[in-house]
Amino acid sequence: MKRHKLPHLLAITTLCSFLGADTASSIREIRSVDAEGRGNESAAEAWSKITKGDANTIPVLLAAMDDANVLAANWLRSAVDTIAQRNTKSLPIAELEEFLSNRNHNPKARRLAYELIARSKPALAKKLIKNMLNDPSVELRREAVQGILDRAQKEDSTNLYETALNAARDIDQIDEAKNALTEAGIKVDLPLHFGFLMHWKVVGPFDNTGRKGFATIYPPENEINFAKSYTGKKGTVKWSNLKTADTYGMVDINEPYGHLKEVVAYAHHTFESNDARKAEIRLGCKNAWKIWLNGSLVFERDEYHRGMRIDQYTLPIEIQKGKNQLLIKLCQNEQKESWTDQWQFQLRICDSSGTAILAKNRLPTPQPKAPTRRPKRG
Amino acid sequence: MKTRKTLIVPLLLLPIAIMAEDWPCFRGPEGNGFSVENKIPTELKKAWKIALPGRGLSSPITIGNMVFVTASSGSIQDRLHVFCFDGNKGSTLWERQFWSTGRTMAHKKTNIAAPTPVSDGRYIYALFSCNDLVCLDLKGNLRWLRGLTRDYPNASNSLGMASSLLVTGKTLIVQIENDSQPLAIGIDTNNGKNRWKLSRPKSANWTTANLLPGAGKGGKTLVALQSKDGIHAINPANGKTEWAYEGGASTIPSSTRMGKVLLVPSKGLTAIQPRHDGSTYTQLWRVSKLRPATASPTVANGKIYNVNGAGVLSCISPDEGKTLWQLRLKGPFSGSPVAAGKHLYYFNEAGLGQVIDSSGKEGKIVSKVDLGETILSTPAISNGALFVRSDEHLWKLN
Repeated sequence: MKRHKLPHLLAITTLCSFLGADTASSIREIRSVDAEGRGNESAAEAWSKITKGDANTIPVLLAAMDDANVLAANWLRSAVDTIAQRNTKSLPIAELEEFLSNRNHNPKARRLAYELIARSKPALAKKLIKNMLNDPSVELRREAVQGILDRAQKEDSTNLYETALNAARDIDQIDEAKNALTEAGIKVDLPLHFGFLMHWKVVGPFDNTGRKGFATIYPPENEINFAKSYTGKKGTVKWSNLKTADTYGMVDINEPYGHLKEVVAYAHHTFESNDARKAEIRLGCKNAWKIWLNGSLVFERDEYHRGMRIDQYTLPIEIQKGKNQLLIKLCQNEQKESWTDQWQFQLRICDSSGTAILAKNRLPTPQPKAPTRRPKRG
Repeated sequence: MKTRKTLIVPLLLLPIAIMAEDWPCFRGPEGNGFSVENKIPTELKKAWKIALPGRGLSSPITIGNMVFVTASSGSIQDRLHVFCFDGNKGSTLWERQFWSTGRTMAHKKTNIAAPTPVSDGRYIYALFSCNDLVCLDLKGNLRWLRGLTRDYPNASNSLGMASSLLVTGKTLIVQIENDSQPLAIGIDTNNGKNRWKLSRPKSANWTTANLLPGAGKGGKTLVALQSKDGIHAINPANGKTEWAYEGGASTIPSSTRMGKVLLVPSKGLTAIQPRHDGSTYTQLWRVSKLRPATASPTVANGKIYNVNGAGVLSCISPDEGKTLWQLRLKGPFSGSPVAAGKHLYYFNEAGLGQVIDSSGKEGKIVSKVDLGETILSTPAISNGALFVRSDEHLWKLN
């Protein structure tokens, strides 16, 4: 959802006007905190002043979280906790409800407003959560989805499971709905739901002896030319297609190259977007990796075999309208243990709530190969 | 109100606000699990238990009658909690929550609230595996915070990190050591800013530093940072290495200090002692068959105690590392033991607490208490009681 281009500091100052200039000034100090502890001293002083306020300060502090950096949001959050703890019986419920209803506010601040309401007025909270199935706040959405899942189970309703699946963004809830639907004979396209990229071009293997390949610049980092061949670890290598039919979008690099050690491969995907927008690359990978978007390095990670999960890494990006070139470098190391065999990744593009952003050029989800049947004996 | 007795030896090492009954950090005031309290019962009874949200295997710490505990909750453990409980009543005095600003992935056995907080008696410093670090006063007022992943984006371990905090003087020692961007940072306790930052050996490391009083030149207190390479004894004022033991060391169980001797989980168990002039160390002994598993060794009654991966507890002489007796306990153990007087307190992963009398020629289990929940943490000893936590609960046992 598009957020208002409201100048937030001005809005906060307006909100603070009835609470006094001190509050606005304190909020400005807190919002100025930054990396490496910058602004901590001033913020502590401001925090001390602001937490002396009464419960009416809470909606102002919640609003001050809009577009605040994550550190400032935590300062403000703890101020809200402190004031709320002292004023449990005089929370401004109507103002909190109004704050919660405005989906342009910081999703985490809205969740906090909801929890304050729930503490004082559980019945009201229960009513409000029902309308939050497609909320930008992941936590509010999760609670609303759970309500639907509970009903679906009680009523054995595939319609409700479908509703829950469409709204769910957390893996456990998605799995619960998907399993119930599959059991009922309804096909679920999970890669589409998540937005996993299933079709790739890959090239490799290049050398990663002594883990040096991570820093070595191989030709695909300088040019993307699918027609070209390169000198790999053991001979000439060229680009080939690799698709996955895995339910959770796992791309297995061992599949085309065999179970190799001390090697590097590159995977490329062209993602065609309908518009320019903010997005997130979400990656799960237990090998060392680097990712480039349209030729710029997004992030790199030099860690091997410490585990993986869906959405292990969240990388904010700006995608452009039209074609976006996504390149991932995947390094396999020298370890021999069975749990170090994997050379794989799962990658999706989504918004900050985890909702899939589907490419204009997205191909249908590949179908799993039918299991090979053993010839009948006799 | 009970009069608080000051403890002479730790007072030399810790700020004046720390008292004898306090347990201000992982494995207590001397970082070895030993408490000077002498009224800890051998038959542990449940005085109270209080529910905790989400997950956590950090140890409780105590200052006076306050018990501080961290926890993480939410579907991806991105809610970070710092609790302050009344140690007498088992009631909540305050709670502060924060949102994680770093990665919250961890192996399922561990979690985001794995590092134990520390206190200098005036403030509480709490670190989480996602690299969020907060400083609160004893009333829960926020003094400063850091999001270390924002500063050092690759300083994380996908298995989770667990090194606990240590404070000495005005410096907070933070270890965020991993395969990708391993760091130890000395942070100014006044404002949360870096005093110094060290690149550390590239390897996942879950161990916690120890204080080495008088181990540096001019009798300075040093900090022993453990890693796969061994021990770096650093000056906490500037992070400079004063001397190093380079015999390698484990990255899971931590070293244990016994007086001036540091017992290092290295090639078995290796005892080293800083030299008088602070220039280097002397290796006193090494016993290769003594291999601490996950639990770190402890000391009591003038002896060293180590439990191996098979749950065999060894009582070891401090002068030559000789095994004096062995006793099979019911393991496995993830948390480290604590000790008071002649008794050792071991809690296994199944939640069974085993109290061992270490004073005889052979060790003897004198009582057991079953908490009925998974215990992966190390207890605290304070005010005549043990405080033990699981994911779900904090118990007071006395």
